[in-house]
Amino acid sequence: MSEPPPAIGAPALSARGSDVVPPPPPARGWARARVTGIALLGLWALVGAGTLLFLLSSWNAELFARYAPRYLSGLLVTVQLVAISIVLGAVLSVPIALGRRSKSRIVATLSYAYVYFFRGTPLLAQTFLVYYGLGSFRPELQAVGLWGFFREAWYCAIFAFSLNTAAYQAEILRGAFESVGRGQWEAASALGLSRLQTVYKIILPQAAIVALRPYGNEIILMIKGSAIVAIITVYDLMGETRRAYSRTFDFQTYIWAALIYLSIVEMLRLGVDRIERRLTRHLRR
Amino acid sequence: MRITRRIALGLSAAALALTIGGATAQEKLRIGTEGAYPPFNNLTADGKLEGFDVDIARALCEEMGVECEFVTQDWDGIIPALQAGKFDAIVASMSITPERDEQVDFTKPYYTNSLVFVAPKEAEFDADNVEGKAIGVQAGTIAAEYVEENYPDAELRAYPSQLEAWADLSNERVDAVLADFGVQYEWVNSEGGACCEFKGDAVGGDDVIGIAVREGETELVEKFNAAIDAIRENGTYAEVNAKYFPFDIYGE
Amino acid sequence: MDYTTLLSFGREGWGDDIASGVAITVSLALATLPLGLVLGFVVALGKRSTEPTLRLSANIFTTIFRGLPELLTLFLVYFGAQIAIQQIVRAAGGETYIEINAFAAGMFALGAVFAAYASEVFAAAFSAIPHGQYEGAHALGLSRWRTMRLVILPQLIRVALPGLSNLWLILLKETALVSVIGLSDILRQTGIAARTTREAFLFYGTACLLYLVLALLSSIVLSAVERRVSAGGAAR
Repeated sequence: MSEPPPAIGAPALSARGSDVVPPPPPARGWARARVTGIALLGLWALVGAGTLLFLLSSWNAELFARYAPRYLSGLLVTVQLVAISIVLGAVLSVPIALGRRSKSRIVATLSYAYVYFFRGTPLLAQTFLVYYGLGSFRPELQAVGLWGFFREAWYCAIFAFSLNTAAYQAEILRGAFESVGRGQWEAASALGLSRLQTVYKIILPQAAIVALRPYGNEIILMIKGSAIVAIITVYDLMGETRRAYSRTFDFQTYIWAALIYLSIVEMLRLGVDRIERRLTRHLRR
Repeated sequence: MRITRRIALGLSAAALALTIGGATAQEKLRIGTEGAYPPFNNLTADGKLEGFDVDIARALCEEMGVECEFVTQDWDGIIPALQAGKFDAIVASMSITPERDEQVDFTKPYYTNSLVFVAPKEAEFDADNVEGKAIGVQAGTIAAEYVEENYPDAELRAYPSQLEAWADLSNERVDAVLADFGVQYEWVNSEGGACCEFKGDAVGGDDVIGIAVREGETELVEKFNAAIDAIRENGTYAEVNAKYFPFDIYGE
Repeated sequence: MDYTTLLSFGREGWGDDIASGVAITVSLALATLPLGLVLGFVVALGKRSTEPTLRLSANIFTTIFRGLPELLTLFLVYFGAQIAIQQIVRAAGGETYIEINAFAAGMFALGAVFAAYASEVFAAAFSAIPHGQYEGAHALGLSRWRTMRLVILPQLIRVALPGLSNLWLILLKETALVSVIGLSDILRQTGIAARTTREAFLFYGTACLLYLVLALLSSIVLSAVERRVSAGGAAR
């Protein structure tokens, strides 16, 4: 079998004959790859230098003094919002994940519908639905004493974000637990471990390794997703950025925000990498 | 019909991701406005623009003998969009401020304005004592700037458009809304604003509204100025004024 | 006004406006998909390259577009790129202007974000293909291009499809962000209706349902495609 496979659409190859062996791929691809790579790196360097030059040329000490504290407070709001939502979402995700595995069809269907709704619609639409949508039910909400909560944009944002991340976290949780084989449960019970001991000593440590990366990604997604709260009057980092821009019309306001977001996300990603390396150190040799 | 047209529009936008203008832009004057600021510029259920700004802009275009086309653009991006050439002039009740004047050129004022508070009728709202009160404004307006500068102990709530600020006032999420007299007047006299009334006197001093064009387009400014004078003279302005307000909005 | 009138297609209703919003959302997502797929594939090739400069460039790309909030990326493209292009044209002494409209800005910004995530999916799929496949193709005398097209790609698509389907569903939702820069998509049209009629729950609820329907339709199509693709190859 020295003939190439059906030479449909490849007359050039069959014409050349089968005795011509193509040169080993790296030989000429390498140089071209290097040229392209250097060109692309040059392009990135140009973008970086351009941004830096732009920031330097538009540097304005007065502007910085005025807006730096606001960016800081905006950043704090972003971090608080994400931290609270992630924690509340984590608590809420446990019953939902259990519900997904429930033997009761009603419970399972409801949990599935919950997850499908929150994963199937944009966070922005959910936030609007909670903030402006529930606003049109003020008399009803007042009657049941919930208006005090939904009156505040801050609580509405936390409410919407927690419900949203709970759906995603429930799926992470379910996936992680399902990744641990049945045999682990059986072996643990054969050793006479209680259910609680099995969960804590056997299942959780293994599930944690699987879940770590998705959890890290979820936090990153929340940080990025939280940039929309400015639209419902919460002054997070993005909100402060837009406020500064609408006053100064200076585009560097957006560049600063981009740099801050990039560094937080990068730090988080590196953090997750480190934790993962530590958790999986027994798997390496 | 309209749907298929919009699909076609969307697809042609996809195909022509970058549209190159320039020489052709001069024949048609594109007017940028917000479309969420009744009774000055707002969209109706069938997607048409209406309002004082829109009628004035139409009258000015007719006076100048140019064909006009309206482009709607959210408020917070309206100046960048003008600078980027997405339209040629902003007729959207924009106050002439020193900060904006650095970015764009303004025509002579086409009406005057003042800022005024609106709050629920039964609420006691005192503009001199707003500590801890939530004040709703539209983001990026002189009202937002005014609250920020003069009421540091009030809680500023900035909304993307004026309509959301009012919605939250009638829901009592904010204690008061600060905005231009003209829009507030329309709102308190509408069904939605029945809850509320003017509180206190106008604040913020004299404010004049002009048409913004890109910096250095002096010729266009001159043409607009001449047209404003002309419609003041020939009664068109008074007609449009009477259509929306029972008082003289031009001021002297 | 009752709800059926509000959602009708007549003069009084917002049905026609919302329907045009659906058309915009779908066309934006469909226009973004090929851009994101091709760019993502190219970036994945860069990541797998033996050339360190290529790997670095590809990694810078993913770091930026996965690290920035999509909303901010959108603003950077919509306003920033516009300003940059304007300055370049002016510096070159040109008079014309090149406009990046909201649709194009959305397409480029979301396309870049899609590509950043898709490159990860492709890279993972590449590493799932055993090295023997390349060696086999080489032994058969296939050129690099034909190896890619006839041997690697068909397997790659099968492995990458679930991940890409997921990215498509995310893309559909992320198109909602362009409403903020003024493109008349589902969320913007329902938003205008909501604030004009003060029936926020009705209209934002409708928006959510429409996105759900789009997601549902996509899943049906995608699972059909996945079935077809996996039926085409040998079961493993």
